[in-house]
Amino acid sequence: MIRMQDLRKDFTVRVKAGRLRREKRTVPAVDGVSLTIEPGEMVGYIGPNGAGKSTTLKMLTGVLAPTSGEVSVFGLTPVPQRTRLALRIGVVFGQRSQLWWDLPLRESFRLLRHIYRVPAAEHEARLRRCRDLLDLDAFLDTPVRQLSLGQRMRGELTAALLHGPGVLFLDEPTIGLDVVSKQAVRSFLAELGATGDVTLVLTTHDLADIERLCHRLVVIDHGRVVHDGTIDALHARYGSRRSLVVDLDRPLASGFALPGATLVAAEAEGHRVTFALDSASAGEAVAALVAAASVRDLSVVEPDIEDVVARLYASA
Amino acid sequence: MGGIYASVLTISPGRPFRASVTTFGALVWSGFRRYATYRQATLAGSFTNIVFGFLRCYVLLAVAAGATGSRPGGYDGAQLATFVWVGQGLLTVVGIWGPPDLSDRIRTGDVASDLLRPVPPVTAYLAADLGRFGHALLTRMVGPVIVGAIFFTLTTPTRWQTIPLFAISTLLAAIGSFGCRFLINATAYWLHDARGPLVLWTLGSGVLCGLYFPLRLLPEWLAVTLWVATPFPGLL
Repeated sequence: MIRMQDLRKDFTVRVKAGRLRREKRTVPAVDGVSLTIEPGEMVGYIGPNGAGKSTTLKMLTGVLAPTSGEVSVFGLTPVPQRTRLALRIGVVFGQRSQLWWDLPLRESFRLLRHIYRVPAAEHEARLRRCRDLLDLDAFLDTPVRQLSLGQRMRGELTAALLHGPGVLFLDEPTIGLDVVSKQAVRSFLAELGATGDVTLVLTTHDLADIERLCHRLVVIDHGRVVHDGTIDALHARYGSRRSLVVDLDRPLASGFALPGATLVAAEAEGHRVTFALDSASAGEAVAALVAAASVRDLSVVEPDIEDVVARLYASA
Repeated sequence: MGGIYASVLTISPGRPFRASVTTFGALVWSGFRRYATYRQATLAGSFTNIVFGFLRCYVLLAVAAGATGSRPGGYDGAQLATFVWVGQGLLTVVGIWGPPDLSDRIRTGDVASDLLRPVPPVTAYLAADLGRFGHALLTRMVGPVIVGAIFFTLTTPTRWQTIPLFAISTLLAAIGSFGCRFLINATAYWLHDARGPLVLWTLGSGVLCGLYFPLRLLPEWLAVTLWVATPFPGLL
């Protein structure tokens, strides 16, 4: 479906090197990325600012020509076959609008139907779905320039889907949105991805998007892929563990050890302890604890993906 | 959600030409709608055109009164007044100083979304500009010409062929002007900001198109060079 083989993109910048002299310098934005994405996958593409995420998306959609390497989407080469590819992909840029600023949303959609030459009935069916799921009806007749960011983003999502694309590229779709709009966008995308009909490729800085939506996570830094796998694999690789926080009636006996877990913190004079789960499951650890001490309350805390990714960015 | 999002698109089912015309028409209509949204701007623009029409008309009539035989370049008073008022009307219709949409979109990067559509950007921009043309023809041409006809004596065409020929040449001029502006705006791809070329264009095109004065008032060799070697005189 999507194939990238040793994909590179260099930008040439001119740097001041004297009063009048300027030196050319080549900056690799994408530095040899190889990836394959299968139909129906939901892939999160993350990395720090300037890592090359958007540049990769632009090469996949035919906006930028790669410096070297191969790229194909649906078997099409994006730049020379840009218009044919455009009919089969949908793109949402969180920071740009593809809607017509001065026109009401409804007319933007109608225009898109003609641009993509979608039969009226199909268009209607898709639009009705999006109207229901994204609550568009309240602002369908408002000019785009008067929409709030959250409303506009829901419009953008609809606009990207009206021609029934097989791949949806999303470049920071939740950037700047409030909690409610973020939830709306995420649950819409989750529902869309669950059908398996649409492949989603998503770049974001909000890792909650990834946790909610993507099974596969690709981390890119300085134009190179530094991780490709599930979120669990990322945790395993960087040694992040789930932890068990326990409130006790009496502090644990000194020298108490929980098999398969490590004591990492003791607070409130030993009344609250935290164990990191190494090999023990949460159930085993809880059973062992309850047998050994009087437990008042406990909670299992998932590892924080942000910490893992911050460590990953720092080490890369 | 079902399979409705996934059905692979049938590209221009059956009649590709008809589908292309429909797409083009929809884009033209969007250009028209965009301008029709701003009624106050349309009114204000027409008012400005009319005020400048009076200024230019009196200046040229004064020139005519002072010239030997009162016929500078062979034009009489009524012809000069017609030149000014039709010129004021055509100004926005042909749109030599049309909006710098493309260069703005290149500067902000929004042009990327134009490239993501299955329509070549030149076609899409031309269609939108023809929508603007249609809107201007209906709203911005009529006002100045009527006001001119009320306050001055204008000449009317003596042959009926003049009218369709005028209409065709106006349309061609609008397309030519679009082409020039598209090229000027496209310099932003290399310069990141097309303001310099756009200022040069605004200054140069007004003079070279014969907006400020009829080109015939220039020395023969210069006027002929402009007519033969540049697109400018054809635009207005």
